Amino acid sequence: MIAIVDANSFYASCHQIFRPDLRNKPVVVLSNNDGFVVARSWEAKALGVPDLEPFFKIEPLLRRHRVAIFSSNYPLYGDISARFMRTLQGIGDQVEVYSIDEMFLSLTGHQDLNRLAWQMKDRVWQHVRLPISVGIAPSKTLSKLANHVAKRHRQGQGVCVLDQPKKWEWVCRRVPVTAVWGIAKRMARRLATLDIHSAWDLATANPKAVRQVSNVNLERTLEELNGHPCLALEDLPPPKRQIYCTRSFGQKATTLQPVLEAISVYAGRAAEKLRDQQSLAVTIHVFLHTSPHEPNYFSDSVTAKLAYPTDDTRLITALARRMMQGIYRPDHAYIKAGIGLIELVDRKHQQFDLLHPGQPERADRLMSVMDKINRQQGKGAVFLASQGIKKPWAMRQQFLSPQYTTKWQDLPVVRS
Amino acid sequence: MSLISFSSAQAATALRLPLYLSRVSAGFPSPADDYVDKGLDLNEYLITHPAATFFTVVSGESMEGEGIFDGDILVVNRALEAVDGDVVVAVINGELSCKLLDTKKRRLLSSHPDYPPIPVFEGAELVIEGVVPFSIRCHRDRHR
Repeated sequence: MIAIVDANSFYASCHQIFRPDLRNKPVVVLSNNDGFVVARSWEAKALGVPDLEPFFKIEPLLRRHRVAIFSSNYPLYGDISARFMRTLQGIGDQVEVYSIDEMFLSLTGHQDLNRLAWQMKDRVWQHVRLPISVGIAPSKTLSKLANHVAKRHRQGQGVCVLDQPKKWEWVCRRVPVTAVWGIAKRMARRLATLDIHSAWDLATANPKAVRQVSNVNLERTLEELNGHPCLALEDLPPPKRQIYCTRSFGQKATTLQPVLEAISVYAGRAAEKLRDQQSLAVTIHVFLHTSPHEPNYFSDSVTAKLAYPTDDTRLITALARRMMQGIYRPDHAYIKAGIGLIELVDRKHQQFDLLHPGQPERADRLMSVMDKINRQQGKGAVFLASQGIKKPWAMRQQFLSPQYTTKWQDLPVVRS
Repeated sequence: MSLISFSSAQAATALRLPLYLSRVSAGFPSPADDYVDKGLDLNEYLITHPAATFFTVVSGESMEGEGIFDGDILVVNRALEAVDGDVVVAVINGELSCKLLDTKKRRLLSSHPDYPPIPVFEGAELVIEGVVPFSIRCHRDRHR
């Protein structure tokens, strides 16, 4: 049996952990730069706060209902995520961290799965104060479906176990095919041509007919919907094939200097992620644009190859800056810039050629020292001067909450 | 999105202090020193449930009788079950508060004569956020 456990409105819930006064109250979390609503507590959803709506449009609605508003606080989310996963780790024989707020667990030898699901829920609430939903079924796809049901039907209170064919059949007959894991709208339109509309239609479809409109993945989904597991748990997520780091500016940039500083910061961050997953970059992509909602929209981008596969922040930054200088045009108010490391190779399998011996060992050592300092002393303890010191273009975070669990200065206060 | 799987309560301490079992005597090594193999990790002592432990800072003097002073750091463990007489963090009027738990009379006590007990009335829910097994007091001006 496989369980998928995820946190309800994860980002919003994180803000309620150390603010008991906000539990059972409407809470929203804004995206980077406070642009959009990215997370809503159940109560905020009930008030009709829409998802992914520009903040300025719905601010009056939020104020009227006294909704608590927070800027994104990733250090907090990261720490709470790790605590959540750790709390349940011992329960599964194998665990796959699927995203910041979701994990799969493989379960064997449990008699009463309903009771187990409740134990998980109680334990995560008790230990971390995080509300979760649990779906349990014989395959990943069915457990995702169980979780979908657990979330939408309040009477289940966040728990759904589909351990017998009659149970998952009952659900499959009642949900649209888009409720199935991995079936997006586009695929659903193609399936509609085969008269497949519900999850049940898909489960009972002729695999050969399905193959006509799709690929082998969908055949696996079909198998999984019938209770035959085809997808194993993955211990480690595969390394990313591209790494993008892109942000909006807090204030529009009208000169080259702040744009260059911003791209240096993003390049530094991207290189850090690159080293984290033990890859080297071959090709990079740099872009810049003004607001698409304003007249004279301008955007440009460029790709270039590095001299040799590298994860050296200095080389990546230097190239990114040169590329940016190439596409920058004066007399525009820029709102966003970004860098993508788009062709990556595995560090272990790097190929050397005659002209370039590859990254010197000194660079490896320097980068690992830099990463070590930043890990121990906090992000940004050491950085390239080209990133700028004051960063006036940096993100707007009007509603930043404390980093309760990762910063000594931000510990929650307890009255006595 | 990358996971930052690093929490303050999980940080492994780099500094390990060995527990010396013998007095230092000149010229003659103690055979007991051969058994000094593992240093002591303060985290191990203070934090039994890393994922369920968090730190808070105290504001106020109502717990001075317990030796908990304004500005002290509390180690709060959510995994422990609160029993009578425990120092706990409870929710009072929506705020996190540090009090002594009196389960027999269903109330929260301060340990300072100026603060009366806070009764938890029948039907009202007492929300305990965690047990405080330890508090940490700095005896030196931290800003020095």
